[in-house]
Amino acid sequence: MGTALHEVEHAAGQADPTRAPQRGVFVWAPAITVAVFLVPIAAGLLGTLAPAFGYLPAIGGTEWTLAPWRALFAYPGFSTSLTLTLVTAALATLGSVVIALGACAYLQGSAWARRVGAFIAPLLAMPHAALAIGFAFMILPSGWIARIISPWLTAWVVPPDVLTVGHPSGLPIVGSLLMKEVPYLLLMTLGALNQVPAREHTRIAQSLGYGRVVAWFKIVLPQVYPQIRLPVYAVLSFSLSVVDVALILGPNNPPTLAVLAVRWFADPDTTRYFLGAAAALLLFLLVGTAVGLWLVVESLLARLGRGWIEGGRRNSVTLPVAASASATLAGLFALAAATIAGLIVWSFAQTWRFPAALPQGLSFTNWEHQATSLLGPALTTLAVGLASTLIALVLTLACLEHEAHLSARRSARARGAQVLWLIYLPLLVPQVAFLFGTQVLLVRLGFDATLAAVIWAHLIFVLPYMFLSLADPWRAFDTRYTRTALALGSSPWRVLLRVKLPILLRPLLIGCAVAFAVSVGQYLPTLFAGSGRVATLTTEAVTLSGGADRRVIGTWALTQAALPWVGYLLAALVPAILFVRRRALRP
Amino acid sequence: MRLARTRRAFARGALVLLPVFSSFAFAQANPPPAWDQVVATARGQTVYWNAWAGDENTNAFIAWVGEQVKTRYGVTVNHVRLKDTSEAVTRVVAEKAAGRETNGTVDLIWINGPNFLSLKAQKLLYGPFVEGLPNFTYVDTVNKRSNVIDFTTSVDGLAAPWRMAQIVFVYDSARIKDAKTLPRSARDLAEWARANPGRTTHPGVRNFLGATFLKQALYELAPDPAVLQQPATDENFDRVTAPLWTWYDKLRPNLWRRGRQFPENGPAQRQLMNDGEIDMMISFSPSEAAVAITKGLLPPSVRTFAFAGGTIGNTSFVAIPFNSPNKEGAQVVANFLLEPATQAQAQDIKNMGSYSVLDVGKLAAADRARFDALTPSPALPSPAELGKPLLEPHASWMTRITAEWERRYTK
Repeated sequence: MGTALHEVEHAAGQADPTRAPQRGVFVWAPAITVAVFLVPIAAGLLGTLAPAFGYLPAIGGTEWTLAPWRALFAYPGFSTSLTLTLVTAALATLGSVVIALGACAYLQGSAWARRVGAFIAPLLAMPHAALAIGFAFMILPSGWIARIISPWLTAWVVPPDVLTVGHPSGLPIVGSLLMKEVPYLLLMTLGALNQVPAREHTRIAQSLGYGRVVAWFKIVLPQVYPQIRLPVYAVLSFSLSVVDVALILGPNNPPTLAVLAVRWFADPDTTRYFLGAAAALLLFLLVGTAVGLWLVVESLLARLGRGWIEGGRRNSVTLPVAASASATLAGLFALAAATIAGLIVWSFAQTWRFPAALPQGLSFTNWEHQATSLLGPALTTLAVGLASTLIALVLTLACLEHEAHLSARRSARARGAQVLWLIYLPLLVPQVAFLFGTQVLLVRLGFDATLAAVIWAHLIFVLPYMFLSLADPWRAFDTRYTRTALALGSSPWRVLLRVKLPILLRPLLIGCAVAFAVSVGQYLPTLFAGSGRVATLTTEAVTLSGGADRRVIGTWALTQAALPWVGYLLAALVPAILFVRRRALRP
Repeated sequence: MRLARTRRAFARGALVLLPVFSSFAFAQANPPPAWDQVVATARGQTVYWNAWAGDENTNAFIAWVGEQVKTRYGVTVNHVRLKDTSEAVTRVVAEKAAGRETNGTVDLIWINGPNFLSLKAQKLLYGPFVEGLPNFTYVDTVNKRSNVIDFTTSVDGLAAPWRMAQIVFVYDSARIKDAKTLPRSARDLAEWARANPGRTTHPGVRNFLGATFLKQALYELAPDPAVLQQPATDENFDRVTAPLWTWYDKLRPNLWRRGRQFPENGPAQRQLMNDGEIDMMISFSPSEAAVAITKGLLPPSVRTFAFAGGTIGNTSFVAIPFNSPNKEGAQVVANFLLEPATQAQAQDIKNMGSYSVLDVGKLAAADRARFDALTPSPALPSPAELGKPLLEPHASWMTRITAEWERRYTK
């Protein structure tokens, strides 16, 4: 039941022997949790590792060889693709960290900081693919921006022949990733801020003559950063291995490494699996290297930062940086809002051609046509999302409570941490690297193409996000609350339900909303585990995106976004309603 | 020269098919008990039909097929919506790798070309079953030879034809007002692009339509197109394709985005046309323009034309994986797809607009009338404008052209 209980019992010297089993009530949790996803990932990774070195007897690879690697390095445009992958991931990750932290520092305590949540939710809910499609329509030479300023301003009767979407720099990919990753990091940071006395510390620093922003960077950031470190790694890994966004917005000749890998895995010429496996493994190694590099930079910055903090200078460049980060954030929100608006307009459009700024007619026809097709996949999406979120919640809470229970014994805690880092594996291993192998495993078990298999496949990705969302708030929880409650004679269960969970309700609900949104957005795992038979809004929307009728895509993308949006809305509203009379617990 | 080759090939094809035809004559007159048995076993089965789902019209048609076979044969059709046919191929391969010899998850695949070749070569297809389908009698195997020879691979009864495709070009008559200026050959196209830079493109070459664009040009530019019916070799590939690359080097800088970026696939290319980014595009469906107009996906001013020297055509098939547990139901669906009424329904531009695989001349008067009553459109090419389809080159040409294109133009 947690460290707190443990400590209280010993401190009070009245450990009740009848309560002893209670301590280990969650002892099963880490093992089960790890097994849930370690098995498919391990099997899947082996299924990638072997063919990356030429071994896959089913398609005639019976010898271990380095040939796939030679072929990969010799592939036309490989170095361009690698550079593109690294540059877009670096820009997207650095950009989202700087913008999120800068905005937090700049907007702290202002009315905007409280309102920012309302902007975040619809964006977080937006599936990457849907947002990318909408973003492409904004920036295309025939896109909405060009339509609005044509022909009266530009004299363009036909769209200009310039490269925007698919630009070799990969900047559109970065833009689209920023629109998703900045809100995610913002949400994680705001959640973590609840766990530290940010306002009080800033005030003290201000009374010592520091500016608001520099105080935040010097005093609050060092306390908050450890809690958002793992989300940052997740962003880094995701940016390196994202497929759908790069497919929609990136150059295609050559595309990013992840797109190349998926392309080769899907090639009818099965010998290309070897090439795909090598690319997927390389991606895996890149993610590992990038995280390692980030760690090194982190510790360097920490060392430099300590000197900077202790130097005691009151003025610094942080103010303009934070101000421009906030301006960029506002720009991103505006762009995202326009993107979503574009999809909404398309979903009601009849005919809409360049250079008309708006469609010639609006109607419900598209929605009426799609309604019956939408219902089934929508229900499946809901069922899979709820099931995987609930299972992930139970497993995560059990693990965290178990960890808290162990934390009194340091060796045990270290062991627990060792096991639990595995939880982050699915976020660090690119999906393409293990899903084919996982599918083979599911088929062997005769378990594929079932709803349960899809829920399981989603759980692989939902669990880590749940864990990422909950672990740090849980670990930062002030155990004096539980200790006090126990000292007042409450049972451990009652303390958990009446004290700990209510205090942590906000991060808990945010975790659920994030997890549900992650489930809704899953494309490749649904496809592989469901053998294509389990249709969700996402699989259908991505499939339709190949057909490129923006009117149909608009309806599907919006429905797909609406489900998680409701989730975020609930996560925001429930604590506000529940704690209407308890100010300290209100958002 | 091409004519002589074609005639020789026809003769060979007819010879091979002779015994098949005689058995079909019998089949039509009086369906053999074997087929009755198939229909009886099929009742109650659920067929998971894996089909590319990027086209709303096709999706609606597949749904309609599902309703029909449910009512008439008690067979349920479940459309497994694919983004790419290779997903289903991968799945069947994975099931084979996992040792699942029965009870597979794929019952029917919409397939042709390299995907078909891949499954056939790995012996992952059930059959031959096509001979047993009563409606196969009506299939045109003489003038539409792609119904029995898919990308030079003999189908061997392992896949039932259901729709035809043939290369055409779609242009916007509001932008290109004089139809006489339209390029009627690959060489003309390069000239046209020079005069109208940035106003046409082709899908990425990894996409089958993009690769077909190059194959179509190769047909015209290769010193001897007959070699395309044989596998490409290390010896002849460079020599045969040299004129193609010379031509393409001239064309590419005048393509949309200076040939640095290409639409991912046909629908993405059509979106460019609808957005006014290009004035002309390649298409694999003679009725694409007409259908797209009715759906508001292209402006009403688009029209269709083909190259004077003929264009490549091929057939889409449905095939049954070796481990399907619903093979009878799958055959019932395949047979239903070949029914004259179904084929007419499919060809109507209000539905799918896919050209029929049948020989309309073989049909009874009532069924022929269905084809005469199809919805007309000014965007549909006349049979004369369309011309006779050229056979697909051997699949190895496509693979090598794609690789060579990547080597040359991916930097």
